[in-house]
Amino acid sequence: MGMPITVDILDPSVSQKNLDRIFAYFTYVDNKFSTYKKNSEISRINTSKIKNYSSDMVEVLKLCRQTKNETNGYFNILHNGKLDPSGLVKGWSILKAANLIKQMGFIDYYIEVGGDIQVGGKTWTVGIRNPFKIKEIVKIINLKNKGVATSGTYLRGQHIYNPFFPGREIKDIVSLTVIGPNVYEADRFATAAFAMGGKGVNFIENLPGFEGYQIDSKGIATMTGNFEKYVQSNSQQN
Amino acid sequence: MKKLFLSLTVIFSFALYSVFTRKSSIASGPVPVSGSGTITMMQSPMMNYKNGQYTGDVADAFYGNVQVQVTVLGGKISDVAFLQYPSDRSRSMAINSRAMPYLKQEAIQAQGANVDMITGATATSQAFISSLASALNQAK
Repeated sequence: MGMPITVDILDPSVSQKNLDRIFAYFTYVDNKFSTYKKNSEISRINTSKIKNYSSDMVEVLKLCRQTKNETNGYFNILHNGKLDPSGLVKGWSILKAANLIKQMGFIDYYIEVGGDIQVGGKTWTVGIRNPFKIKEIVKIINLKNKGVATSGTYLRGQHIYNPFFPGREIKDIVSLTVIGPNVYEADRFATAAFAMGGKGVNFIENLPGFEGYQIDSKGIATMTGNFEKYVQSNSQQN
Repeated sequence: MKKLFLSLTVIFSFALYSVFTRKSSIASGPVPVSGSGTITMMQSPMMNYKNGQYTGDVADAFYGNVQVQVTVLGGKISDVAFLQYPSDRSRSMAINSRAMPYLKQEAIQAQGANVDMITGATATSQAFISSLASALNQAK
C-alpha cells in the first residue's frame, strides 16, 4: 500500500505489544495485497504464478465481485489486464484491525490509513482536506462509530478509472468523501462513486445510510441531503 | 483536553524502493493517556543508502511543483520532507446549475484546523516519485 498508518487508542493500559499486533496485521495485509510488491500474493496471481488462493484473498475477491454488482460495474478491480483490489482492501483491512482493537477490550480509538478512517467509542472530529491546498481543511465533521473514506485524484493523478471508458480521465471532480456505517463500506463505495465522476454524489445520495461531500475541479462542493448532520457548527469550533 | 497526536511526515508509495521504518511511542502521565504508533511503509531495493540529507529535483505535479528532501540514517530512509508542494491555484466560482435540487452546493472554504485527524485522497504523486528518485540517486 505504501501509505502512513496511524493508530490511536485512548486507554492508559494500552501497551507496545497491543500496537505491535495491529501494525503486524497491516504488514501482513501489505505483503499479501500490494501490487507494488513483486512477491505479494496479488502480484503472483497477476503473473499467473499461483493457483491456490489464501482464504483472505478469496474473501477479498468475492467482496470485490459483490461490490461490482452493487455499483453497476463502476467498482472494477481489473485494470490493464491485472487485478488491483486496493480500492476495497484498504477499508476492509482497517475494519479488521479495528475489530482487533475491540477484541483487546479497548473502547475509544481510531485508525487512519492514507486518509481512510474508522473511529470507535467517543465522538472524534475529522477534517476534510482541501484538494487544492493540502495543508488546509475545508470541512469539519463529527463522527461516532463510523467510517469515512475519500477518493480523489488531486495529488496522485489518475488512479481511479471509469471502467466503461478506460481511456477517459475523471476530470470533473477531484475529491469525494463518503461517510458510512464503517470504513469498509465507506471505502468501497467512495471508490466506485468516484469512478462515476460528477454523478458520484448522486449515487451516494441514493444509498441509505451513507452521506457524501464531493468537490469538483472548480472548487464547488456538492453534499448529500443529510451530510450536514455530521458537520460541526461554527459555534463548536474553537 | 488535549490528546497525543502524532504529526506525520507524509510518505508516498512508489514502485522502486522498499524500506520499512517504524516509529511508535507510548504516552504516560495524567489521565487520559493514549498509546499511538505510526508505521510508514514504502518499497525499496535491497541496498543501503549513504547517510546524509539529499535534495531532489523540482518536479511538475500539474497543480504545482514538488520537491523533496531525503534524510538517510543507518543506511535507510529516515525522513522525507517537502521543500515544495502544490499550492492553491486560481479557480472560477461558477455554480453548477445542473445539480439535483436536494443536493446542496457551496464553495469550499478553509476551516479552523482543530481536528483529531484528516481525511483526504491518497497522497501519491508521480512528481513526488521523481523528486524522491533524484534525491536517492545522490545517496547511492
